Amino acid sequence: MGTEWNAYDASKMSAGKAYGQALAEIAEKDERIVALTADLAKSTNTGIFGNKFPDRMFNVGIAEQNLFGMAAGMAKVGFIPFASSFATFVSMRACEQIRTDICYQNLNVKIIATHGGLSFGTAGSTHHCIEDFAIMRSMPNMTVVIPCDAYECSRAIKDCVKVNGPFYLRVGRGMEPLLHTGEDNFEFEIGKAMKLKDGNDVTIIAVGVPVRDALIAALELEKQGVSAQVINMHTLKPIDEKAILDAAVKTRRIVTVEEASIIGGLGDAVASVLAQSGKRCVLTKIGIPDEFSPIGKPEDLYALYKLSSQGIMEKVMEIMGKEIEEDNWEDED
Amino acid sequence: MPNTNISIDELKNLAKELRINTIETTFNATSGHIGGSLSVVEMLIALYFKYLNIDPTNPDKEDRDRLILSKGHAALSYVPCLAMRGYLDLEEVKSKFNKTNSKYGMHPDSKKIRGCDCSTGSLGHGLPIGAGMALGLKHKGLDSKVIVITGDGECQEGSNYEALMAANHYKLNNLIWIIDRNHFEIDGNTEEVMKLEPLDKKAEAFGFKVIKCKGNVMKDVDKALNEAWNYKEGPVCIISDTSKGAGAVGYQGTVLSHYVSLGDNPKDVEKMINYIKETDMDTIGG
Repeated sequence: MGTEWNAYDASKMSAGKAYGQALAEIAEKDERIVALTADLAKSTNTGIFGNKFPDRMFNVGIAEQNLFGMAAGMAKVGFIPFASSFATFVSMRACEQIRTDICYQNLNVKIIATHGGLSFGTAGSTHHCIEDFAIMRSMPNMTVVIPCDAYECSRAIKDCVKVNGPFYLRVGRGMEPLLHTGEDNFEFEIGKAMKLKDGNDVTIIAVGVPVRDALIAALELEKQGVSAQVINMHTLKPIDEKAILDAAVKTRRIVTVEEASIIGGLGDAVASVLAQSGKRCVLTKIGIPDEFSPIGKPEDLYALYKLSSQGIMEKVMEIMGKEIEEDNWEDED
Repeated sequence: MPNTNISIDELKNLAKELRINTIETTFNATSGHIGGSLSVVEMLIALYFKYLNIDPTNPDKEDRDRLILSKGHAALSYVPCLAMRGYLDLEEVKSKFNKTNSKYGMHPDSKKIRGCDCSTGSLGHGLPIGAGMALGLKHKGLDSKVIVITGDGECQEGSNYEALMAANHYKLNNLIWIIDRNHFEIDGNTEEVMKLEPLDKKAEAFGFKVIKCKGNVMKDVDKALNEAWNYKEGPVCIISDTSKGAGAVGYQGTVLSHYVSLGDNPKDVEKMINYIKETDMDTIGG
């Protein structure tokens, strides 16, 4: 039920390829754009840009700290460097370089993290990356965008150069299915949540690849008499607080879905907005609990952690059964 | 090299002045990293007053040379040096250093300090950023140089070696790495804490042309920088052998000088300043 990934679908267009192609496209018109990678030109698809602009592509070898230090240096002399590697190495091996060299100096470096979340499934926990949402959200000056598919990735890459400052974008390994039907078939604005489906009983706020599963779950729930609205929160930071509060008031029940640790990611961002607002709402967070994820095919790991449409449906039904305490709070609505 | 006319004696006098300004700033700030700030004084003066192509009236000019003080804890001499060179108000620097909401703290912030090319403080960051700047400047077809000053203890950070590989790989002949070899880190002599030698062979193995100098002897510093400035084949490493806390009576050449509180008695400071005035660093340096 929506949990099967259609590999053929993804092979038409992966988020990684979309990144490489979009970058090559915008670089045509903007000479400030250069790309750096750490021996992952092929894996991150930065090579698509490199084939077109070999003199603007710099491979620093397997050296992620230097990758982001050099990107900072190039930004300092006027370039817009796109620096890419696997999410786990980006967010943890080079964490301090991103924080101190790039964010502290508010430099215009675009950080492209591929193979995020559980997407590198059988590579195991060394190559899973579930911590990046919490890490990147906490860095001052950083914008954090997690596109849900290749088409959205392409849009985000084209728009990220309009954000002057550090920018973190995370995609999967490249085998993730598509949600959108084309690049121009949807409204996309950094910082503005995207409503995919209306509903009155519960709101599913999802980010990244599981957005598709959230939508499939909501359509299925409709048949079972549960009216779920679905929000694609592609921008984790700055988060669209209004969309969260509107959802709280409208449905009183929110389920967050993210391919990341439940500590410090989307769920906690939503919880923080809710708790500080005084709005009455119950929240269920779906994500990876406080543990290292096992080896497995990504779609199996999705099922394990209730990130699949089936899992999301189960969690929605659970929250539908929860009592919402009736307080007579007068500051609402 | 924009100011070839300045003499060694003039540079030595400026170094004396910077040492005094550093001591006075430390006294007003109540404490600080005087050891690493004083050991690098001659190098800073020679660079800022003779070698660097810079313009304090236009700190962002694109074709300027860049200097990254990777050993950011030497801000106590670096920031007054920028002031002496005309980027900042010296009296403001001296009185505001380390004060709450000041632009000038223990480690330099490029977003706040005019003329500062890079925020530093965490060790092992300057060389990667410098390599990126050098690569970018070459890519733009500019002739500018990038100078990165690291500490010697700082050479224990692994990130440096990633940058050294890149500097050699990309033939960054506009990059000059200066090691302020003052022999001490917080916990003691570098060779006892974590052996660095042979530092020259390490730098050479990474493809750097190595030049050695006595880093508190101005004429020697000048000779080394002159050679580095004219070397075009690849990246250069100057190992500048210095005395930690150079010129600070009671502290120089000791691990104690790393971080010092000068107390609150102006007479103690007067004594230190008099010693600086009377001492020819050529007799101490190296």
